[in-house]
Amino acid sequence: MSDPGFTSDEMMTIAASRVMKNDDICFVGIGAPSAACNVARLTHAPDITLIYESGTIGVRPDILPLSIGDGELCDTALTTVSVPEMFRYWLQGGRITVGFLGAAEIDRFGNINTTVIGDYDAPKVRLPGGGGAPEIATSSQAIYVTLKQSIRSMVKEIQFYTSFGHGVGGDHRQRLGIETNGPVLLITDLAIWKPDPVTKEFTVVSIHPHATREMIQETCGWAVKYSDMVDTTMAPTKKELAILRDLKQRSSAAHTGDAMKATMAT
Amino acid sequence: MTEKFTSLNKAVAQNLHDGDTVAFEGFTHLIPYAAAHEAIRQGLKDLTLIRMTPDVIYDQMIGMGMARKLVFSYAGNPGVGLLRRLRDAVEMSWPKTIEIEEHSHSAMANAYEAGASGLPMAVFRGYLGAGLADVNSNIKSVTCPFSGETLAAVPAIRPDVTFIHAQKADKKGNILIEGIVGVQKEAALAAQRVVVIVEEVVDTLDTHANATILPHWTVTNICHVAGGSHPSYAHGHYIRDNAAYLEWDKIAADRKVFLAWMAENVLQATPEVFSQRIATLKVAS
Repeated sequence: MSDPGFTSDEMMTIAASRVMKNDDICFVGIGAPSAACNVARLTHAPDITLIYESGTIGVRPDILPLSIGDGELCDTALTTVSVPEMFRYWLQGGRITVGFLGAAEIDRFGNINTTVIGDYDAPKVRLPGGGGAPEIATSSQAIYVTLKQSIRSMVKEIQFYTSFGHGVGGDHRQRLGIETNGPVLLITDLAIWKPDPVTKEFTVVSIHPHATREMIQETCGWAVKYSDMVDTTMAPTKKELAILRDLKQRSSAAHTGDAMKATMAT
Repeated sequence: MTEKFTSLNKAVAQNLHDGDTVAFEGFTHLIPYAAAHEAIRQGLKDLTLIRMTPDVIYDQMIGMGMARKLVFSYAGNPGVGLLRRLRDAVEMSWPKTIEIEEHSHSAMANAYEAGASGLPMAVFRGYLGAGLADVNSNIKSVTCPFSGETLAAVPAIRPDVTFIHAQKADKKGNILIEGIVGVQKEAALAAQRVVVIVEEVVDTLDTHANATILPHWTVTNICHVAGGSHPSYAHGHYIRDNAAYLEWDKIAADRKVFLAWMAENVLQATPEVFSQRIATLKVAS
């Protein structure tokens, strides 16, 4: 296969950035969601409101934060509120249009596990846990998820319900009294997925250039379903790639720079 | 100055005791490293550690066998990955078994606020469909007497003692917290005793009407340790040492490397080393 001029990771971030709208109020998860949201802000959505759970509202960082509470976020925010205010007024209050999450494990109904692999009381791998996600998943008007496809991350059954997606599918959210839309988009390094309108199972609606149906199935733990109409995702433009690479390069330099010497010296 | 201002050694010895329930709070910013390291040097035992985002300092305290129980909502090295000492304790009981009580951020933020408000519990819309409700008996629900809606309820957090780090104290002991203020005001007002470590002591706080202030009469003791939040940061004073967080992942990966690092950098160190650690990280004022 010829070199497409971009990596599948870059395709994922750029495809995820394109779904963000200029008037979105987005609660941003760290990692892949944070990169996508900031590429959106630096390309087609300059007025997007990005909110991180550290209480920083309307951030415009020059470098991607390593953590949700980097100084860069506070320095560039419209305002910084306390964490209780963040979760009570802004999230629970219904102000967030999109919660953008990553995941360690996701199932076909968009339920996410970031808590534990194995038994909760005797775990094989103890993961960090949910943080803000359990309530982001139910209080944001919609949830987008982005993650790299693999047999370990896209699983038939998640081992712990850290945050609720569509449960067992259908109207499970409504039956629990959840009024928001839940996961409506999944963007991976190979494809864009949307839930079936009735069953709520994620189905592929667009395949990235240079990805194939075989690649999508090989890296997914359930039998992949496709929409009747499957598009090909538009390849990253030169401008999108340049902005993403600049951002990544600035961020990586800032995270691993001279500070290392300062720490180890003492 | 009154005796409210003490050395860090004395503040920890006077306020933190074996078996206490203690919060060393901070939300990525203003993490009270100097205070935690002093607690490690004093070898406290059987602590119940509370924190929304237990990061490297709780990884260190757990690895040194000081914790009986951890109450938390996100146990990770922020932006880097897992906490390897915590994992070793939970998965392999090394150096000892630890009990965990796990919540969501919403729950803990609300529970601190309830503690500061003098309420027995917090009520919020949360844990819908979430697995934590099945494994944590402190997550319950109540029915709203007005609307009939089922809401989540968790007990208020009331620490015996809260340690926080802040930018400034004036000479009376009023405290100013700036930048990402996290949940520190609530954690302080919820506690029986409060110790604040500050970057500097000034004549007047010279701030604005809506600044986050803890009046001196809400604070038990104050210690001046410049750089005492490193490798976290103090907004306006020095930046976050992200490289140190990346490096911690390697140190914590191995028990022997961890113990050797702790001996050299914590047990044999003093609070004065923190000002050297931030030498190249200072923000131009």
